[in-house]
Amino acid sequence: MEEQSAISSRDLAIGFRSAGRRRASLTVADHIDINLRRGEVVCLLGPNGSGKSTLIRTLAGLHAPLDGNIYLSGEHITDLSVKEISRRVSTVLTDRLTIGNISVYDLVAFGRSPYTGWFGSLSPEDEERVAWAIESAGIAHLRERDVLHLSDGERQKVMIARSLAQDTSAILLDEPTAHLDLPNRVATIRLLRALAHETGKAVLLSTHELDLALKAADTLWLLNQKGRITAGTPEDLVLDGTFEAVFEQAGFDFDRSTGSVRLHEPSRGPVFLSGDPTGTFWTRRALERSGYRVNESEKGDIRIEIAVNQRICGFSWIIQCRGDAYSHSSVRELLVELSRLDEAKDAP
Amino acid sequence: MGDQLSNNGIRSQGKVHPLYFLGLTSAVAILFVLNLSLGSVSIPFPELLDILMGGEAGNTAWEKIVINIRLPRAATAVMAGSALAVSGLLMQTLFRNPLAGPSVLGITAGASLGVAVVMLAAGSITTVFAIRQLSVLGSGVIILAASVGSAVVLLLILLISLKVRDNITLLIIGLMVGNMTIALVSIWQYFSRPEQIQDYLIWTFGSLGGVSLGQLWVLGVVTVAGGGIAMVLSKPLNGLLLGKNYARSMGIPVSRARLWIIISTSLLAGGITAFCGPIGFVGIAVPHLTRSLLGTNEHRVLIPGTLLMGALLLLACDIIAQMPGSTITLPISAVTSMIGSPVVIWVIIRRKNLKAAF
Repeated sequence: MEEQSAISSRDLAIGFRSAGRRRASLTVADHIDINLRRGEVVCLLGPNGSGKSTLIRTLAGLHAPLDGNIYLSGEHITDLSVKEISRRVSTVLTDRLTIGNISVYDLVAFGRSPYTGWFGSLSPEDEERVAWAIESAGIAHLRERDVLHLSDGERQKVMIARSLAQDTSAILLDEPTAHLDLPNRVATIRLLRALAHETGKAVLLSTHELDLALKAADTLWLLNQKGRITAGTPEDLVLDGTFEAVFEQAGFDFDRSTGSVRLHEPSRGPVFLSGDPTGTFWTRRALERSGYRVNESEKGDIRIEIAVNQRICGFSWIIQCRGDAYSHSSVRELLVELSRLDEAKDAP
Repeated sequence: MGDQLSNNGIRSQGKVHPLYFLGLTSAVAILFVLNLSLGSVSIPFPELLDILMGGEAGNTAWEKIVINIRLPRAATAVMAGSALAVSGLLMQTLFRNPLAGPSVLGITAGASLGVAVVMLAAGSITTVFAIRQLSVLGSGVIILAASVGSAVVLLLILLISLKVRDNITLLIIGLMVGNMTIALVSIWQYFSRPEQIQDYLIWTFGSLGGVSLGQLWVLGVVTVAGGGIAMVLSKPLNGLLLGKNYARSMGIPVSRARLWIIISTSLLAGGITAFCGPIGFVGIAVPHLTRSLLGTNEHRVLIPGTLLMGALLLLACDIIAQMPGSTITLPISAVTSMIGSPVVIWVIIRRKNLKAAF
């Protein structure tokens, strides 16, 4: 088990030492005991300002810890030189690239720095490794392109390829999916998962997107605003309420039953839904957005039955309310009808 | 340069370069000879070649002119152009700022202060006339003063750089130190006599003709040392293109690299300013021109390219400064800026993107 560990920490405290004479320091998080295993995708999740970036930079040796120990493949980080660290951990940071006039191939080849000589010339093995990294990241068609002319998603893949070329047991990525659209986000996560599982690398990525973290992570590290980290399988953390608690502190309202964040306080309803599952799922979202409480039980005035209408290949909604029944063929109509019913109820 | 990355059909940056380098080298050689053939005394081209090859031209006056005046001047142009261009490149990469140049660390200003102290203070003790009479010794004194001035500022910047980790902070401190140094010079000028100020002003125009054959080797040693350090720094410089954090995460000892970058820049910029006075524009513009021409930021290619391009540009500017066909010589610094600025504007507009030029 121990040799499977790419990065681990004992009683680690992270934060900033102030430059002033009074050695005062700002602790962001402490008592961190984590273990990043090979072949595993870990999402580091926490509200903004909880110290995700600081933790990633500290684990990568880019930022000095305030206290405690970090071990890279079992060796203490302070016993390792910058070069030795760079052979164990590679990073994809949020630092923006501002250069052009460099080809994708050359940029990925920079990832071989820890292995090349003083002049940085690539050996045949280095070239092979760079070619493999480019292939694995799925950017072979971009090889000759100037990095300046890449889209955000492509650039992110290039930076991932560069960290692959670095041939480390762990890759740490700080917000790799920020600024990416949905297809690129999915592609990036797929790539990272494939890498972790096929090449046995440990992948740690920070994000503040709940949905993504819940879907992508083998293990979740939850960093709360008090600087405490809880690790576990995402579903366990949801079921035991840790997840909810962390986000409640940050002012989110996480709904355990849907796995998403509630945007609106329910003020109307309750409404009971039954029928086709897909139809129910989307109707529920529309109702919650409009401020209805959707009930698990049949109690309440309003019941909506959702049916798939075979003839017109669409859905139909039948509202039953105080003995009356109304049929509708779109969610919009349904919502209009519901607010009319609400007004009618309030009026007399 | 072209031996790496070139197999299995990859059109690497390295593969297209040998031709460019051949072209640049020949252009430098041609301009070098052209530069030697121009001057107030016209020497027929065959005789010029004879003098350069073996030296039995039969006309000792021509021989003296070529060997003692024109050759040092052209060689100085080559070294000054290369050195200033590379030091500018180092600063642009270190600070990741397309507007950085050799003067941003205040080293050029330090040289100016040194010269100002000697010229303006010496004037009050002896006379400028005395320094002029000492001629060679006098220029030696000025070179020494400029070297001491830039060395003092260099040491100051090095000390600060050990304390300050952030590059942008260092850049601003460098600029401020430069400003303070220039302010000192202004104060000194204010209390000096007009003749003294005139001498100083002439020095600030820059000159490639002030280096004698005997001093040339000193300039050579400084340029080769500074340029050699820069070449050795290619790998860290490539890493720094991605910023300090990425460089470190790729195993590059950033603090040490930064120290050597500053040392190399100081040697190059300080040395050239000491011998030739401040020559503007070359340091900022040549790296951009070279990037545009070679289409790469890979320093293993960019540094040699910048060396050649710098030499080429300053030789060309010197030819223009000598105004062929007339007896007037224009100040070199003015010519470099007059010729160079439109070129840079053209390059940047053509690329339609300032970042692309960086």
